[in-house]
Amino acid sequence: MYPRAFHYHRAGSLAEASTMLAQLGDEAKLLAGGQSLIPLMKLRFANPAHLVDLNFISGLSYIKEESGALRFGAMTRHAEIEQSAVAAKIPIIHDCAAGIADVQIRNRGTIGGSLAEADPSGDWATVLLTLDAEVRATSARGTRTIPLPDFITDAYTTALAHDELVSDVIVKIPPKGSAGAFLAFKRTAPVYPSASVAVQLTMEGDICKDAVIRLGCVGLGAIKANDAESALRGKPITGKSLIAAADAARAAADPQTDMRGSADYKRTLVAALTKRAIEAAARRARGEQVEVTHTYA
Amino acid sequence: MPDAIEKIAITVKVNGKAYARSVEPRRLLVEFIREDLDLTGTHIGCDTSYCGACTVLLNGASVKSCTMFAVQADGAEILTVEGLEKNGELHPIQKAFGDSYGLQCGYCTPGILMSTMQMLARTPSPSERDMRKAIAGNTCRCTGYQNVFKAMQAAAQNVKG
Repeated sequence: MYPRAFHYHRAGSLAEASTMLAQLGDEAKLLAGGQSLIPLMKLRFANPAHLVDLNFISGLSYIKEESGALRFGAMTRHAEIEQSAVAAKIPIIHDCAAGIADVQIRNRGTIGGSLAEADPSGDWATVLLTLDAEVRATSARGTRTIPLPDFITDAYTTALAHDELVSDVIVKIPPKGSAGAFLAFKRTAPVYPSASVAVQLTMEGDICKDAVIRLGCVGLGAIKANDAESALRGKPITGKSLIAAADAARAAADPQTDMRGSADYKRTLVAALTKRAIEAAARRARGEQVEVTHTYA
Repeated sequence: MPDAIEKIAITVKVNGKAYARSVEPRRLLVEFIREDLDLTGTHIGCDTSYCGACTVLLNGASVKSCTMFAVQADGAEILTVEGLEKNGELHPIQKAFGDSYGLQCGYCTPGILMSTMQMLARTPSPSERDMRKAIAGNTCRCTGYQNVFKAMQAAAQNVKG
């Protein structure tokens, strides 16, 4: 299958890529990892007249720890994050990177590309919205920092101007006693999850001081499950609070019936994943090493 | 439709041999390998980034060559299934797949061999889970995978020697 013919432009720097976008106009798209864009182009759902390739810009792939935060270059591949000991300082980030699609896709796909695409089924936004994360956007006009909740404005829509690019993603390392977990249910590895849940808990002893819960793939964005969070806040993580949170998450989910399952089925998945993710996050918050893995049907 | 699409000159090293070609930007890497270089061991299965039959190593990293443009491989070193054997001798991974009956129709095999190569580069002593994760992006519709896992385990032994 062939995409519509397009003009290819190889950017040598972010500034040059921004200038290219400004000159080429609306018909231009950025090519990062290409693992979503190229399949869409082959199916002719996306038909850009110009592609600006970011893969030849050096220095856009890195994972650094600085001033209590992790900084990811926009072109850092999921596989690099999966294998990084620095990234593993925030275990939910490892959960996310290691569970995206399959080895080959993780070797190409990038964190910046995933966030900029803002596909509601993408994993990164769901996970990073449970943390204190921001996106740095750059253009020939300058650089600005956008908190992630303001960056993603709608399904497939971000706050980026046409000539702006993601340069890096900054995630604060949660304090001691705070930990998260991310779990998805997938029909097979290469496909998007049928449902996913990201949980971040802040524990004080046995009491949950704060909780952030985001539901992925069951709405037009990563749904914030406010009532599920309230069901945990100020309480110990027990069978009772777990069930209350799972029931609230089930109610907050807004899934569509599609080839991955009926809406009811996905709500049931959300409840089960919420429970398991809370349990894993609570154990991690106590300092336990807990390895989690997505469930594959 | 943009008019007058310019071809782009690229050089790639495939299985140790250098090639210089001009390609249309939309030429997929897998088509470039199969049609322009006549290396037809790399297969096209689903052509939708799912099945992994088109897996090759690009600078040592396994990629689905149906999900990359050839122009993106400019300057890269590529290893395809044809590059595994040396001087008429099958690669230890290939031997293991033959000995363990790790294939039936063989259509997915080039991709699975390249994914096994990638796994052993990162995990020389793979667990059952490592093996399952390593070929999660390779679909086989014949074997049921059990002999593939046996072959991957044998491959790890063969490579260690």
